[in-house]
Amino acid sequence: MELVCPAGNLPSLKTAVDHGANAVYFGFRDETNARHFAGLNFTPEKMAEGITYAHQRGVRVFLALNTFPSPGGFARWQAAVDRAAELNVDALIAADIGVFDYASSRHPQLPLHLSVQGSATNYEALRFFHEHFGVRRAVLPRVLSLSQVRHVIDNSPIEIEVFAFGSLCVMVEGRCILSSYATGRSPNTYGACSPASHVEWIETNTGLDTRLGGVLIQRHPKGENVGYPTLCKGTFCVDNNTYHAIEDPISLNAMELLPQLAEAGVKALKIEGRQRSPVYVTQTTRIWRAALDALARDPDNFVPRPEWTAELGKVSEGAQTTLGAYHRPWQ
Amino acid sequence: MTTATHHPRLALGPISYYWSRATTENFYAWVAQSPVEIVYLGETICSKRNELRHEDWLTIADQLQAAGKEVVLSTLSLLEAESELIRLRTICENGRYLVEANEMGAVHLMQGKPFVVGHSVNLYNDRTLKLLAAQGMTRWVFPVELTAATLAEIQPLRPAGVETEVFAYGRLPLAYSARCFTARARNLPKDDCRYCCIDYPDGLVLDTQDNNRFLALNGIQTQSARAVNLLPYLEQMRSLQVDIVRISPQAEHTEKIVDLFHRCLIGEMSPQQAAAAVDELTPSGSCDGYWRGEAGMNYNTRHS
Repeated sequence: MELVCPAGNLPSLKTAVDHGANAVYFGFRDETNARHFAGLNFTPEKMAEGITYAHQRGVRVFLALNTFPSPGGFARWQAAVDRAAELNVDALIAADIGVFDYASSRHPQLPLHLSVQGSATNYEALRFFHEHFGVRRAVLPRVLSLSQVRHVIDNSPIEIEVFAFGSLCVMVEGRCILSSYATGRSPNTYGACSPASHVEWIETNTGLDTRLGGVLIQRHPKGENVGYPTLCKGTFCVDNNTYHAIEDPISLNAMELLPQLAEAGVKALKIEGRQRSPVYVTQTTRIWRAALDALARDPDNFVPRPEWTAELGKVSEGAQTTLGAYHRPWQ
Repeated sequence: MTTATHHPRLALGPISYYWSRATTENFYAWVAQSPVEIVYLGETICSKRNELRHEDWLTIADQLQAAGKEVVLSTLSLLEAESELIRLRTICENGRYLVEANEMGAVHLMQGKPFVVGHSVNLYNDRTLKLLAAQGMTRWVFPVELTAATLAEIQPLRPAGVETEVFAYGRLPLAYSARCFTARARNLPKDDCRYCCIDYPDGLVLDTQDNNRFLALNGIQTQSARAVNLLPYLEQMRSLQVDIVRISPQAEHTEKIVDLFHRCLIGEMSPQQAAAAVDELTPSGSCDGYWRGEAGMNYNTRHS
């Protein structure tokens, strides 16, 4: 299985390459990708430098162009596709049907991957993207159980990449507009969920409130660790109970499923986190490389080492991890 | 379609909640007599909901068609299991009624036949519309997070023979998940959910800790607590050549809301006046922010 690591900037790209990634993924510095955050992503010059660095060391590079343009914005996405082709990336990760149509007709040699934002959760959907655009690989949304992943792979005309580690989207990616409901900005249109521009931290008599678009997401007592107010990880009241009604602040860690994922025929494992620091990229890449090497040496006796789990726990949201939808009881 | 007196037709979306069989049948007995012209039928949220089976939906479809309604069969919005694909194929091959494809698997199965693409598929530009029109798409439902300005960009570019429908009233579909949030709220595992969503015919409201009615949990779907109300923009929709306006059914007052929309469409009532009446019939307030390019939950207070 290929290890696909996040590169939010050049130092992250280099450290991922140096620590054993098989591929890195990144985006341009604008809303053409789903991690459109201030100070993140690549200018064309930095991107060229990063590609050279990776290619010289035998590591592939994938360009995420995985948001949905409106007609007026389409020319910019089109230009980004052209630039990706010129830069000689190893694959373009897209979500929008119009973008795929343009990329496949204009640059038939450019390998295409279906982004998780493309929301394909079954093999009939994968067949659509394969037939029309020759898409070679799809990243599955984080909603399928392990047996469902296996069933998709058994019937899929294309390679399957799944998320192995990182922040956990609870909703089907590409089909969640909670963020724009509260702020006007969503991953689909703007490339960011729960954007920092709409976050407020407000001190109160009892502690600290975090708000997104004015909506109270979290109420922290004095002294409690304050997390980022991602909408779906907030504390809300339902039927007089106050709890994480949608999801806890938690990260996905599928390492204990590595043997089953390999056996199911998963082609690549994705590490989430282009918005995270180079330190995070170094740690996650190094540990997952070690795990994949251990799996290759002795697939029948693979177990995650306690020190790997502990270190990954430290870089996880809320310092907690879950198997997410892979594990049926989570659902 | 391009005459000066372009009247959008009135459509009723699928029931997004889990209602009992009797409630559902009574509801559609009323629909048959209502001014609604197009009716979307079927379970779009959870494949476990079984008060009505495919044959039951077809019976209702036949009754509505006999009453002069255009019937469209809607597909599940999130397909994961093979059992769900088997049911999807049955709908797609029904041979009698138009199908609303609510995710890309259904779109794939409908290729070569006429089909509608629902609001949960991301059709965000004209190039996407053209490709799907070439596959047989005859109608699309404008994605709910897009703005009137985006619709104004797309409408002149839309392919010939493709109708545009706008989700004009109802709690907004905001997200889908593998997790059932209703079962979670009841502390039940999804695999033993006891069909508890039948207790919430308008969904289960989620409040913020400062008592703002924010979202509505509907099984694996998350909706807005506020209902979108685009009735104040009826003239704008007319000028944008919108062909169909959709009302999403709710547990109470759907008939009054349909009546208010209908009276505006035939010119008996002013949309501003009717919109204020509709506001009073929402389960927990109105919103229109997406249409105006703002946060979806906002509401233009001039209307309230």
